[in-house]
Amino acid sequence: MNTQVLHAEPGFFRKYCWSTDHKVIAMQYMFTGLIMALIGGYLAYVFRMQLGFPNQSVPGFGIVTPGRYNAVVTMHGSIMIFWVAMPLLIAAFGNFLIPLMIGCDDMAFPRINRLSYQIFLLSIVVLIASFFVKGGAFGGAWTAYPPLSASGAYNLTPEGATMWLLAVALEFVAFLLGGINFTVTTMNGRAPGMKMFDIPIVVWMIVLASIIFMASVGPLIAGAIMLLFDQTMATGFYDPTRGGDPLLWQHLFWFFGHPEVYVVLLPAMGIVAEIITVFARKKLFGYKTILYTAWSTGVLSFVVWAHHQFVAGIDPRMANIFTVTTLLISIPIAEMVFLYIATLYGGSIRLHTPMLWALAFIAEFMIGGVTGIFLGASGTDIYLHDTYFVIAHFHYTFVPIAIIAMFAGLTFWYPKMFGRMLNETLGKIHFWGTVISFNVIFIPLFMTGVAGDQRRVYSYAQFAEQMRPALQHLRTISTVALLVMLAFQVVFVINFFWSMRHGKRAEDNPWLSNTLEWTVSSPPPHGNFAELPTVYRGPYEYGLPGRALDYWPQDAPN
Amino acid sequence: MTTESHVHHPNYVKVWAALVVLLILSVLGSMSSIRAAVLIAAFGVALVKAYLVARNFMHVGVEKKWIPYLLVVCLAFVAILFAGVAPDVMNHSGLHWENNAAKHAVESGTQSAPPKHE
Amino acid sequence: MSTASKPISNTRSASGIPSARLITWWVIASEILIFGGLIASYVMHRIGHPEWRAAAEHTNTYAGAFNTFVLLTSSLFAVLAFKAADSQNGPRAAKLLRLTSLGGFLFLIIKGFEWTHDIHEGFVLSSGGFWSYYYTVAGLHGLHVLAGAIIMLFVAADAAKNQELQRVECVGLYWHFVDIIWIFLFPLLYIAK
Repeated sequence: MNTQVLHAEPGFFRKYCWSTDHKVIAMQYMFTGLIMALIGGYLAYVFRMQLGFPNQSVPGFGIVTPGRYNAVVTMHGSIMIFWVAMPLLIAAFGNFLIPLMIGCDDMAFPRINRLSYQIFLLSIVVLIASFFVKGGAFGGAWTAYPPLSASGAYNLTPEGATMWLLAVALEFVAFLLGGINFTVTTMNGRAPGMKMFDIPIVVWMIVLASIIFMASVGPLIAGAIMLLFDQTMATGFYDPTRGGDPLLWQHLFWFFGHPEVYVVLLPAMGIVAEIITVFARKKLFGYKTILYTAWSTGVLSFVVWAHHQFVAGIDPRMANIFTVTTLLISIPIAEMVFLYIATLYGGSIRLHTPMLWALAFIAEFMIGGVTGIFLGASGTDIYLHDTYFVIAHFHYTFVPIAIIAMFAGLTFWYPKMFGRMLNETLGKIHFWGTVISFNVIFIPLFMTGVAGDQRRVYSYAQFAEQMRPALQHLRTISTVALLVMLAFQVVFVINFFWSMRHGKRAEDNPWLSNTLEWTVSSPPPHGNFAELPTVYRGPYEYGLPGRALDYWPQDAPN
Repeated sequence: MTTESHVHHPNYVKVWAALVVLLILSVLGSMSSIRAAVLIAAFGVALVKAYLVARNFMHVGVEKKWIPYLLVVCLAFVAILFAGVAPDVMNHSGLHWENNAAKHAVESGTQSAPPKHE
Repeated sequence: MSTASKPISNTRSASGIPSARLITWWVIASEILIFGGLIASYVMHRIGHPEWRAAAEHTNTYAGAFNTFVLLTSSLFAVLAFKAADSQNGPRAAKLLRLTSLGGFLFLIIKGFEWTHDIHEGFVLSSGGFWSYYYTVAGLHGLHVLAGAIIMLFVAADAAKNQELQRVECVGLYWHFVDIIWIFLFPLLYIAK
C-alpha cells in the first residue's frame, strides 16, 4: 500500500512532535535517552569528584553536602536505569527496528505508541522538576527502602521523594503500554513466511524483555502505591510499629529489580547477536538454543531476587534457597556467551566500529557476570554487600548493557536511521577512549571494595577506620578515569552530528546484512515498504558454501 | 470484519443465575459459626464463580491454548512472590530472628493509629 | 468499519488472534500481577495479624454482597453486548454496553455511601493496617471500574454506528476481569474477616 500519494505533507508539529510513525517515536525516545545520559553522567561526575577529591568544591556544582550527595547518587542510579537504559535499548531500538525487521508498516497500535512516549516524557518532566522543589531531588537511593523513603523527617527530601515515586510510576506505565504494543505487533504483524524461528534475535529479545518487565513490575506498582500512601497519607504499610513491614517493600522492589536487569540485558545481547553475525559473515550458532536459554533466564530471573537482601534480615533458610537459584542463573547466561563466541569462531571478522563495540560487550560483560558469583553466594555476600565491589560488579554489567551495547547498536543502525555513514576514525577513537577508561574507573573499585570501602557514604573523613589514606589513590584514579571517559564522549557527539550532514550517503544495505530493514532506503520512507515483503528463510544465512554472495537476504526468493 | 463468530454463545442468563445463587450461598455460609465452613463457602464459591465467568463470559475455553497458560503463569508468579516473601513478612520469627513490633501488636490485640507528631 | 487507517501490523494476524483482543489479554495478564501483588501483601499481613479481625468486623457485608450482584449483572450485560456485536448488531450492543456502564457507576455510588459511613465511624486510610489495605485494594479496584465504565461509553458510541465492533468484546473481557477481581475481594474483605 503506497501511503505517500494520499496524504498532504504534514507540518513540523505533526511530523516530529505528534507523529504516530514508529521511526519518529524511536527518535524521540533515543534523543531523550541520550540527553538523560548526559545528565546521569554529570551526576556521576559530581559524586566521583567528591570521592576522589574529598570535601572540595566541585567545579560546576559546588560543595557536596551529605544530603546533596545522597540525592546525586539516587538520581544517577534512577536516571541511568529508568531513563537511559530502558528508553534506549527497548523503546528506541524496539520502536525503530521491530516493524522494519518483521516486514510491516508500523506498530499494531500507533496511537498507543505515541501515548507511551508522551507519558514517558511526562515522567521526565516530573523527575527534573523534583530537582527544583524544596529539599531538592529524592535522596533515599534508587532502591528507596522505607523508612528512609517513607519519612521526610529521615530523607530530608519529602517533596522530591513523592515526585520521584510518581515519575517512576509514570515510566512504568509508559513501558507497560509500549511493551505490550511491541509484543502484539511481533506476534501478529509478521510478513508472510516469517515463522517464529525466522524472527531476528534482537526482536525476540526486546519482546521477551517486555514480557519479563510486564510480569515483574506489577507487584512493585502495588508496592509503590503503598509507599506513596506512607509518604503522604500517614499509613503504615512499611512501619512495623503500625502492623507493617519494611521488608515487604524490599521484596516487592527486588521481585521487580532482579528481572529488570535481564529486561535490559536481553535487548543488549540481541543487538550484539545481530552485529556479530554481520561482521563475522557467519550464521548465528544455535539460534534455537539462544532462544531457549533466553526464555529460561527470563523464568529463572523471577526466583533469585532475594540475593539483594541477604543481609537485610531475611530468614537464613530463604537465603540458602536464593543462593542456589542465583548461582544456577549464571549457567544460561554463560551458555549464551559461549554461543556468541562459537558464532565468531572461524568467521571472517571485520573490525568496523559496531563490531568493536559488540566484541567489547562480550569481554566486559563476562567480567561483570563472573564477579556476580561472589555476590550471589550468601556467605561471601555478607562481607561484600554494600561495598564498592558491588558497584564495580554492576557497572561491569550495566555499562556493557547501557553504554557499550547501545553504542554498538547506534553505530550499526545509524546509516539506516539517518541515511549517512558515521566516520570510522572518530568512531574508533571514541571506542578505545571509552572502553579503556571505563576499565580504569572500575577495576580500582573492585580493589577498594574488597578492602572494605562502603557505598553510599559521602565522605570517610568522619570514620577513621574507613578512611584508609593508603587507598585514596585508587579512589582518585577512578575519578580521573571518569573525567577521561566523559571527555571522549565529545568525540561521539561531534561524529554523530557532523555525519548527519556531511557523512557519506548510506546505501540501502551498507553492511550487506540479511534482515529486512536493510531492504528499504536509508532512512526508510513513511510506511516502510513500498511493496510488503515475503520471507523465505531465517535471518542468519551468511557464508553459505557454494553461493556467489556471502549473504542471503530474508526476502530474496532464490 | 469477522464474518464467522469465533465462539459459541451459551445461555448467558443461565450462567448469571448460577452466579447469583452462588453469591447467595456464600453470604449464607458467612453467617455460619464454623470458621472452616465460612472460609470454604467464601473462597470455594469465589473460585467457582471466577471459573464460570472465565469460561462462559470470557470464552477462555475456546481461545488459543496459550492464553489460559499465560494467565496461569501470571498467577504462578504471584504464588512465587507469596512463597518468597511470606516467610519474612507473614511470620514473626524464624531462624535466629524475631519481629518484636509485630508480636507486640498481635499480643496487645490492637492496631495503632498514626503517631501524633505528623 | 475503518480498516483503511489501521496499519498492516494491526490487521494481519500471524498469531491467529485479532490484535485488539490480543492486546486486551496482555493487559489483563499485567493486571493480574498488579492486583496479585497487592492482594498477596494483604493476605500475608492479615494471616500474620489475627488482631485485625476487630477492625475487619466493621465492613458492611450486605453492601459488599449487593455490589457483587451489581457487578455480576453488569457482566451479563457486557457479554450480551458482545453477542449482539458478534451478530453485527451494533445499536443493540451499544445499548447493552451503556447498561453495563451504568452498573459500574451504580457500584461506585454504593461504594461511596458505604465508605462515607465508614469514614463517619472514624475508619480512614490511616486508621491502621486493615483499613489501609482495605481502602487501597478496594480503591484501586474502584479506579479500574471507573476507567472501564468510561471507556465502555466510547466503545458504545462507535458501536451504535456499527463501527469497531471488535472492541465490544475487548472491553467486555476487561470488564469480566475487573468482575473476577471483585469476586475475590468480596470474600477477602467482607466474609473471611
